[in-house]
Amino acid sequence: MEEKLSLKEWIDLAETKNKSFGDFCIEFQAKELEMDKKVLLERMEEMLHVMEQSVVIGLTGITSMGGLVGGNGKKVETYRADSAEKSVVGGVMSKAIMIALAVGEANASMGRIVAAPTAGASGTLPAVLFSLSEARGSSMDELGKALIVAGAIGMVIASRASLSGAAGGCQAECGSAAAMAAGAAVELYGGSPEQVGQAVAITLKNMLGLVCDPVAGLVEVPCVKRNAGAAAQAMVAAEMALAGICSVIPVDEVIDAMAAVGNAMSCTLKETAQGGLAVSPTGILLANKLFAKVES
Amino acid sequence: MNIFDVIGPVMIGPSSSHTAGAVRLGNLALAILGEGVKEAMIGLHGSFAQTYRGHGTDLALSAGLQGWATDDSRIPKSFDSAKEAEIEISFKTINLGDLSHPNSVRFWMTGVNGNKCTVTGASIGGGRVVVTNIDDFPVEFSGDFPAILTMHRDRPGAIALVTSILSTQGVNVAQMKVFRKQKGGLAAMIVETDQPIDDAAFEVIGKLPHIQSVRRIQLV
Ligand code: SF4
Repeated sequence: MEEKLSLKEWIDLAETKNKSFGDFCIEFQAKELEMDKKVLLERMEEMLHVMEQSVVIGLTGITSMGGLVGGNGKKVETYRADSAEKSVVGGVMSKAIMIALAVGEANASMGRIVAAPTAGASGTLPAVLFSLSEARGSSMDELGKALIVAGAIGMVIASRASLSGAAGGCQAECGSAAAMAAGAAVELYGGSPEQVGQAVAITLKNMLGLVCDPVAGLVEVPCVKRNAGAAAQAMVAAEMALAGICSVIPVDEVIDAMAAVGNAMSCTLKETAQGGLAVSPTGILLANKLFAKVES
Repeated sequence: MNIFDVIGPVMIGPSSSHTAGAVRLGNLALAILGEGVKEAMIGLHGSFAQTYRGHGTDLALSAGLQGWATDDSRIPKSFDSAKEAEIEISFKTINLGDLSHPNSVRFWMTGVNGNKCTVTGASIGGGRVVVTNIDDFPVEFSGDFPAILTMHRDRPGAIALVTSILSTQGVNVAQMKVFRKQKGGLAAMIVETDQPIDDAAFEVIGKLPHIQSVRRIQLV
């Protein structure tokens, strides 16, 4: 069996080399891919451009293929414009919510997205990255580096646990997306490698056990709104980590715990649409309606 | 796994298995047919049959049959473009049995030159796919490598001839599988290679003794 990756190992390496986690990751990954650092960064920037476009698509207020979601990103946009002083969470997080919904809705309506780490969870990273970069005035380079940090975190989670709802529940999809985004946020705000690890650990702990229960088997309900929730979790964890708060359980152990929870999860709660919200009376009603449409 | 498996791929939503995987299955079916599609009947099994509308699986399959990539923004409009190109695509729900993967599909295709081919495959998660049957022959390959598929008489030396031609062309065999229904009867062979198979090698293989037909499967 392939040896499992360890986030602690990478963090320690970065700390001993006195590098930011982003600088370490870009060097390490470029070597791994036998790719020039600049080219790697450019590829990441291409991904960021696709993400930006997904936000634009989402904010046109499209409706999804299954008809269960759409237009909510736009609603938040309008709310923000009309009543900034009424925002419960403040401008930055409200923007993150808007972006998460917009990209989730773009995905559900056959828009072009970056699966990061998956299509279902594709709203989380753009939400955190773009809302924070606007607030901080980050450059494209800094964002690209943050995205590489997110990717490195995702690789470790994939190696020790899973990134797919079918294998590990939504904790593995939206949970992992949030953990990746939290690490990226810490990087963007100049946090240490150690703090990146803490943010990942805290996020995953807060999303442990989340089940995958898509209504009618479609990537619509609860997926789109969960991306907004995941983005918020990422920001909450990044804030704690930057303040110097540590996770009592070390990050690799939290990832392993997530794997164990995923394995223990009933199959009905892993993308099969046989449990959770998918079998709520309304969930069943909607599924029957959609299937009847298919039959006819 | 590398970082681009985590940050990426760029794709048309909503689902890597039901949309991106469906495009790839269409790409593979087209490559196996070996010519443009004139007419295709597509059978959807299991979860594909139940949720195809909501995932745009039908649009994705039709896009794949037109040779489009998984991130092609035209995918939601693939029916219109098929119509314009006078490609007739129709769908039905089918039952391939409990043992089949829930995301399975069968293509009954006729090409622009009149060739016919039936291909069955499944989308097995994360956009990865597997072809499980070609013209009633159970096979198994992913399309991740260039490949050739031969239908040949099950005779001594038939296989060695094919691989020796590949080796003289500097093509390394990555994986190889042979399937036959009965001893001495018709057999199928899938050879997956590290290098693409060029026209010359492909033509020579087609003319070998015992080879009834050969198809080249090359995805970009
Ligand atoms: S509920 Fe399932 S399908 Fe939806 S985002 Fe979560 S893991 Fe993906």
